[in-house]
Amino acid sequence: MTARPPVLTKFRDVQAELERSGSAIFRDADGAESLIIRNPYAITYIHSYAEDSPFFLGLAEGRLRGSKCRKPKCGFVYATPRGHCMVCGAPTEWVDLPPKGRVHSWTTCHFGSEAFLKETPYNLAMVEFDHVGSLLLVRLKDCVESDLYVGMPVEARFDPNPKYSITDVWFVPSR
Amino acid sequence: MVSGGVTKFSKAHPAMDFRLMVKRAYDYALKGVPNLTPKQIDGSRISYFSDHFTRQLKAASMVQDFLGLNPKGSVRIEWGGATGGECFQAGYEAVASGRMDVCVAAGFETMSRVATWKGNEFIALASDTNFDFPLGGFYTGYYALMVVRHIYEYVRQTKFASVKDEREAQRLAIAEASRIMSKVSVKNHLNALHNPYAQYPKRLTIDDVLRSEMISYPLTREQICTMSDGAACVLFASEEKAKELTDRPIRVTGVGTGTDTMRLADRPFGKVPLLPNERARDYEDLAYPGIHSFRAGRAAGMEAYHMAGITNPNTELDFIELHDAYASSEIQTYEDLGLCKYGQGYDFVERGDPFLKGIDYGFPVPRAGAIPVNPSGGLIACGHPVGATGLMQAVFAFWQLQESVGKHFGDAALQLPHPRRGAIHSHAGTGSAVTVSILERGFR
Repeated sequence: MTARPPVLTKFRDVQAELERSGSAIFRDADGAESLIIRNPYAITYIHSYAEDSPFFLGLAEGRLRGSKCRKPKCGFVYATPRGHCMVCGAPTEWVDLPPKGRVHSWTTCHFGSEAFLKETPYNLAMVEFDHVGSLLLVRLKDCVESDLYVGMPVEARFDPNPKYSITDVWFVPSR
Repeated sequence: MVSGGVTKFSKAHPAMDFRLMVKRAYDYALKGVPNLTPKQIDGSRISYFSDHFTRQLKAASMVQDFLGLNPKGSVRIEWGGATGGECFQAGYEAVASGRMDVCVAAGFETMSRVATWKGNEFIALASDTNFDFPLGGFYTGYYALMVVRHIYEYVRQTKFASVKDEREAQRLAIAEASRIMSKVSVKNHLNALHNPYAQYPKRLTIDDVLRSEMISYPLTREQICTMSDGAACVLFASEEKAKELTDRPIRVTGVGTGTDTMRLADRPFGKVPLLPNERARDYEDLAYPGIHSFRAGRAAGMEAYHMAGITNPNTELDFIELHDAYASSEIQTYEDLGLCKYGQGYDFVERGDPFLKGIDYGFPVPRAGAIPVNPSGGLIACGHPVGATGLMQAVFAFWQLQESVGKHFGDAALQLPHPRRGAIHSHAGTGSAVTVSILERGFR
């Protein structure tokens, strides 16, 4: 006969036990016992960038592109590209963004999602560009929390080994 | 609304799955209306946010099944962080439209099923997975970006306008705003000491909050809500039916919903949609909403106020339960909902308007009781089991208006003196969807 899984009274111990043996019994303050098992779940998604594809292909070539509304009367320019204009609904075309921008807002993340915990601390910045109507969210590198401020001039850098992700571009303080 | 029930929100409820949690909240609500037989219930609206957390699709059908409500009609509601608020309005609409005489609105979330940082990843999947998620996938980071800009617009440019060095001026402004945000955290945690349903009631000082772990600058751990397991349930009835069921019904007199771009980066820089008590000249130089304010919250508030006939929310509401996922977003929301003008959120806290009378917060709150915000303790102290949260607010607001807080909490410290009208506010994403509902005492 197999032994029952170990009985634990602190819920935070449950996860360690699941990692170790795959099952545990949690007994709460009222004496109720719950059998808990481990249920791994890993998936690979087939993710199409669809109409955003040229943006990510551009990053691989060292080009940062936004989009511009094709309707002459509107002409709204997006730093984060949109296939259709959110102001008037017309289709957009690809335009190069200026090489330099400014920090519109920023933060330093000391924690993150599980997938990014090992990269902490990292800086996030919303970047604004002259004559562009919307912003771009990026990682900000080569600087630390105490360097950062709203209005700081920044410029783009590109990954020479592209992963086809928004992280193929990042910004650094302008010299 | 004729009754409500809530489970105690907790980091984990391993002895209860989501069905049993909802059943407990539902049974509690039924106990409040002994004349209601299950046969009289026409259907339900059931909410939960994330299929990733449940790893059980059609979980709302399983709730319907467990409650014994088959074969009556039911719909699952999901709308990010505002899931509970949307479920509340869906239940209201089912009755207000005449489709049902009695409707159950119930919601839950079981967030303990994965480790906290995995949970953060699931939540961050509610940001654009092309452009936002791969940068760090972290909602606290997004809210930090918003509050840094909010502080730049409203604190750096005013209180520190005379400081020449830009970096120094911004640091001083952030320090000042962080101190004030910490007061919100102290308030909500302390209010919750009198709420037996709250997950993290505690007495904190401003320094405790400031010195708690830095999560995403400038937001610290105590300024952020946590993951929770929990359920909440609301019962709606038509006016005629309500009279048969309770002598203390609460009327829903206004509902509003607003939306905004999924990506923060796409938010426009336009004009403020004005409330009746605001003037265009109040905001001449303000680019709105940018990333500093929630246009969806303003839109939801305007719709709900208009329907309820409210022209000045500051004087015409007796309290608000609002979506304080972050101490920063509580302050931003004061402004969106017109409790004060844009830019005055920090002063609103300093003056003490959102605090309760008769509670010692450890610092002066001269105008305490003016318009209590999150008297229950809010999300920061009660917890945030997403699909239940907006319904939890409704239940707490319902008990306030019934003047039955003492009965349900076993402690009347949080009961406001004869409140007549309150608001609840539920908020999704980085402000991509917001609901506001107005509740009023429906008896003499």
